[in-house]
Amino acid sequence: MALNGIDLTIYQGEAVGIIGSNGAGKSTLLKLLSKVTAPTEGEIDIYGRIASMLEVGTGFNGELTGRENVYMNGAILGMTKQEIDAKMEQIIDFSEVRDFIDTPVKRYSSGMFVKLAFSVAAHLDSEIMIMDEVLAVGDMAFQKKCLDKMKEAADRDGRTVLYVSHNMNTIRQLCDRCIVLNQGKVVFEGMVDEAIEMYMGLRSESPEIVSFENLKRQRKDLVDGIKISEIRILNHDIWKIKVGEKLQFMLTVKANKVLQNIGYRSRVVTVDGNSVSVLLAPRLITCQAGDVISIPLEADLSELVPGRYMLTPVLYGANEYGGWHFYDHIDAAIVLEIETQEGFNENMPWEQRWWGSVKLPELVDLRKQ
Amino acid sequence: MSDIQNNYQKYHSHISSKHRWFDLKLKEVWQYKDLIWLFTKRSFVVTYKQTILGPAWIVLNPIITSFIYAFVFGGIAGMGTDGIPQMAFYMTSTAIWTFFSTCLTNNATTFTSNAAVFGKVYFPRLTTPISNVLSTMIQFLIQFGIAMAFVIYYVIIGQLSPNWWAFSLIPIVLIHLGMMGMGLGIIISSMTTKYRDLSVLVGFGVSLWMYATPIVYPLSQLDSQFNNNVLKMIIMINPVTMPVEVLRYAVLGKGTIDPFFLTTSWIFTILVIVFGIMVFNKVERTFMDTV
Repeated sequence: MALNGIDLTIYQGEAVGIIGSNGAGKSTLLKLLSKVTAPTEGEIDIYGRIASMLEVGTGFNGELTGRENVYMNGAILGMTKQEIDAKMEQIIDFSEVRDFIDTPVKRYSSGMFVKLAFSVAAHLDSEIMIMDEVLAVGDMAFQKKCLDKMKEAADRDGRTVLYVSHNMNTIRQLCDRCIVLNQGKVVFEGMVDEAIEMYMGLRSESPEIVSFENLKRQRKDLVDGIKISEIRILNHDIWKIKVGEKLQFMLTVKANKVLQNIGYRSRVVTVDGNSVSVLLAPRLITCQAGDVISIPLEADLSELVPGRYMLTPVLYGANEYGGWHFYDHIDAAIVLEIETQEGFNENMPWEQRWWGSVKLPELVDLRKQ
Repeated sequence: MSDIQNNYQKYHSHISSKHRWFDLKLKEVWQYKDLIWLFTKRSFVVTYKQTILGPAWIVLNPIITSFIYAFVFGGIAGMGTDGIPQMAFYMTSTAIWTFFSTCLTNNATTFTSNAAVFGKVYFPRLTTPISNVLSTMIQFLIQFGIAMAFVIYYVIIGQLSPNWWAFSLIPIVLIHLGMMGMGLGIIISSMTTKYRDLSVLVGFGVSLWMYATPIVYPLSQLDSQFNNNVLKMIIMINPVTMPVEVLRYAVLGKGTIDPFFLTTSWIFTILVIVFGIMVFNKVERTFMDTV
């Protein structure tokens, strides 16, 4: 059961953030509210019309032009042709893709695609907006524009915004109130800062072996061929190391195709969603169909300051067009704790919020050389 | 601001785990009529976008099929056409059968082929099968136009005399077969969200059904050629038979219309469409968890 015993009231005009780890039930909650799936038990009462964006550009068809897709997408989201006509100019302006509006969207870059799609949803005549991490794509300037638009909708127009994200910064910027879900239950409801602290507390370090064998991948653009079956830490029995210490782990993958030069990388992100860096292992794996390969790896994380980090493992390869595609991608799969130890920055406590997560080598006094 | 405040009160929706079987939710479908039209247009535009001949295929398809039928059934098997010129006979028959079978088979995969969109946004799901029927109808009208070119040619050279007044019945035939095809299609689609086995059988079922329908032969052939009453009964009970004969009566001037079986066919259609929508609405609620 993805959700159980949820009792929530969202008030008119609020901007509410919903946070929780993967599988906590966030998406299920949004799906229920937007009527994509029906509850097996219980009731929901909604006052006002809902514009839901669980995905960017639902119903967009590559063969149709930008303008045709605006009509299509707008109609899917519940607008009539008349309403779309009236808003067409605003939508095109906001999307910043005016020059390409009559080009088939299969020729769009992914950024342009997202801009146009968000623009349609943002111009719906609705009282309630539901957003599932759609801002994760698009350039920084546009992300800010989207956040501002939503904030404006909530503050000035009196709309209600429900927003799900792994990025705590955007939650802080946008939301007045926050709900923390864990294993299908509401574990906290209240102030944003407290909620984020609560959520970060829930994400404790991963156990020695993290298995992905039966995990349903969230990304829809993964290519079949090779998948990560488990990752285990070698030099400890949980994912907790001391600052300055090296991290040794075993990556196990399972292939069902002949593949060459598959790269592995893992994004390192702080628990509140800020990217720190990436660990790269290009052209790591060459495999036959049916192979199960275990590769011991060592990561030097000595520059990272104590704290909790999330790792997002990815298997990637080159495609025939010279671009890249993903074979596997598991968002925030592992939580790694880096413990402080004697000798680390003795003079002052490290304020991660202001100083960041990387400790560069101390400055060298050239007079002493 | 005040508009928004009012709208909060104006639009109220209630979602419940309880399902009301007899609510067909047709009013909501009507509110999305623009979407139905856009879906119809899209399926048309997209199907022929990356083909050389484009929409010409709609025309070529029935002509080629009719030639094959004329060769196999009219030539080799020596089946009669009730004295009607072969091309006019087969063109009309293929057009109407293609209409019915496409309504059925296209809608039989409604849930599985739209899973990506259905999983992300809500709109009345019934808009998809309805727009399928509409775009199939447009396709039929084009094919019917070609068939009419043959018909008119034969009328001019005096080999054919249609019942022109009965042309007004053709829209009714289309609604009749469209609803039947869609009803059966969405029932199949609702039953195949969890187990796909049935969808494999649909292809076989439909081609078998064609031979149980007077498509490549006229209904009158049964009297002269067979003395098999069981076979004749099956063909008469077959709900597609009567609407096809009505169309033939109008366009080709010869058709065997039996009021009793026409009525049973209508009753069947109404049962199928109402039951279909009920099952469809029920499955729609939770199919995302099973698909």
